[in-house]
Amino acid sequence: MGHVLREGLQQVVNGLSMGSVYALIALGYTMVYGIVKLINFAHGDVMMIGAYVGWLATSRLHMSFVPALLLAMASCALLGVIIERIAYKPLRNATRVAALITAIGVSLFLEYGNMLVASAQVRSYPPVLPSVSYKVGGVYLQYGAIVIFATTIILMILLTLTVRYTKIGKAMRAASFDKDAALMMGVNVNSTISATFAIGSALAAAAGVLYGAYYNTIDPLMGIIPGLKAFIAAVLGGIGIIPGAVVGGLVLGLTESAVSALGASTWRDAVAFLILILVLILKPSGLFGKNVREKV
Amino acid sequence: MKKIFAFLTVGILCLSLAGGCGTTGAAAGNGGGGTIKVGGDLELTGGQAMFGQEAQNGIKMAFDQINAKGGVLGGKKLALDVADNKSDPGEATTAATKLVGDNVVAVIGPMTSSLVAAATPVVTDSKVPLITPSGTNAKLTMAAGGKVQPYIFRPCFIDPFQGQVGAKFALGTLHAKTAAVIVDQKSDYAKGLADTFISNFTAGGGKIVDQEKYASGDKDFTSILTRIKGTNPDLIWLPGYYNDDGLIVKQARDLGMKMPFAGGDGWDDPSLFTIGTPAALNDTYYVDHVANDSPDMVQFVKDYKEKYGHEPNAMSALSYDAANMIINAIQTANSGDPAKITAELDKLTGFKGVTGEITIDPNTHNPQKKAVIKENKNGKGIYLTSVSPS
Repeated sequence: MGHVLREGLQQVVNGLSMGSVYALIALGYTMVYGIVKLINFAHGDVMMIGAYVGWLATSRLHMSFVPALLLAMASCALLGVIIERIAYKPLRNATRVAALITAIGVSLFLEYGNMLVASAQVRSYPPVLPSVSYKVGGVYLQYGAIVIFATTIILMILLTLTVRYTKIGKAMRAASFDKDAALMMGVNVNSTISATFAIGSALAAAAGVLYGAYYNTIDPLMGIIPGLKAFIAAVLGGIGIIPGAVVGGLVLGLTESAVSALGASTWRDAVAFLILILVLILKPSGLFGKNVREKV
Repeated sequence: MKKIFAFLTVGILCLSLAGGCGTTGAAAGNGGGGTIKVGGDLELTGGQAMFGQEAQNGIKMAFDQINAKGGVLGGKKLALDVADNKSDPGEATTAATKLVGDNVVAVIGPMTSSLVAAATPVVTDSKVPLITPSGTNAKLTMAAGGKVQPYIFRPCFIDPFQGQVGAKFALGTLHAKTAAVIVDQKSDYAKGLADTFISNFTAGGGKIVDQEKYASGDKDFTSILTRIKGTNPDLIWLPGYYNDDGLIVKQARDLGMKMPFAGGDGWDDPSLFTIGTPAALNDTYYVDHVANDSPDMVQFVKDYKEKYGHEPNAMSALSYDAANMIINAIQTANSGDPAKITAELDKLTGFKGVTGEITIDPNTHNPQKKAVIKENKNGKGIYLTSVSPS
């Protein structure tokens, strides 16, 4: 009995550590959607670029972990602003589908552009996160998983505070509510949206570096599946709601772990996408979402 | 200006004609004179260029050695007639046609399975034997209806054979009584190795306690590993490729799982140790075709390094064996006739190659030979033992 319990607890820990990776990626996803109402399908690929910048910084420039993380976040913030200016800004008044298709285009561009530059070869991170695991009551906790979980919670709190209490946060919410009215009230909508993309992409880069260091391998297509999973997490929690993304990510991780624990590991991804379909049918506003009546 | 071009063009044409003539002349000389020509349908350029280059080195070395000893059939020299197949199946057919037209007595190559399949009809129609040093697809030597391809041979064992050797090694050397299997659902190679491991391990009295599946590209294996941990097997059979293997072993060690892992030649890559860590990969083993540090290979590795300045790999060693199999067949048949060489290859027994002692099974044209087991020790795969399948 103790044996079964211990195995169950280990699976919960496995699920939480997998889930916090999804949650971390989902934070940037949900924030950009919350402000700009654009599903940025290139988010997972910005994460991949962040992972590569972090890899370059640690393996080639021999930087230590925190400076490499900051460098990756800064580069991706810039990349996010450039992507927005070039790809999304001209479509700001176009239909949502046009913007969505453009986002998929940006995503493919980043994936295969990087494949051209860095080749499709799998690269491995130098050991920047110590490969240590702690044994607590028969359950193993990885150092890397603890770092990712803590980072996710800290970033979630910081992001919530930023959006709720700072001036730029207020401008973001105003722009999100009504772009034209915000403009008339003297809010610089362009720079507010740029700031949104900068923060969202920096979050993606942080996720990318942590992901690369934790799972140790990166390749140009590494962003696709985590990006989709983060999208599911964001929708599950209620897209646009910051704490919702974290809860959604953790629930998704736990579900996947449970599916594998029951011996159906090949169904793991299928169950994740089934969750997406069910949420969209049963409660499109997500776990934390309120039902808002459509404006007519 | 135009005149200069005209001159140049004429000049180049003359040169190429002269060159063409030269080759034809040499070819004619080869047929009747002091040389015997063996064809090389090799991947000298394109995606698998490394395979072809290494093969060419290995074959040339075998021929140089026999020629230095006075050649074959009372003083005839062996010459390699190489055609580049550009790592492309269509070009492999063209290259084979060209070689057959040059009246080669046998063909070595291509190295990769799909190219061998493309060259097979050409050599079969012309009744010239072909040895592929490294084509491991089981179907290559078998024609439709379960009959053997009469002209196709190989010195390398086929993929599923690795599962058979792995099971024998697990039972005999590691004394494993129970095993768990983790298989990449996307790879036929891994599935083949898993199936033969399971059937041979159970036939030998072992018990499979758990089978788990994943899809290559997955990064988090902790859930399936936790399940396996509950069954506490003596060994985990993991026949995937190195990038997944490294991650899986590392995550298993982080979960406190200390049992040995074993797999096939998909493990053989230096990046295994940067993806996993050298410490985590201790007590893991894999089946392979050759080990440069095995006793059979010592002399070959030394000679090869002297001649080419770098260490040989499996491709060079298997091609060296392929070339020597042809030399052996010519000498035993005492003839340079392709039909007689084919007959000798068909009944080749106890041939001592550097990759092991090879006996060709006349019903499948697959070699019966020992496989090498390597142990990963502190960041390096080193030769442990050779295991015969039966």
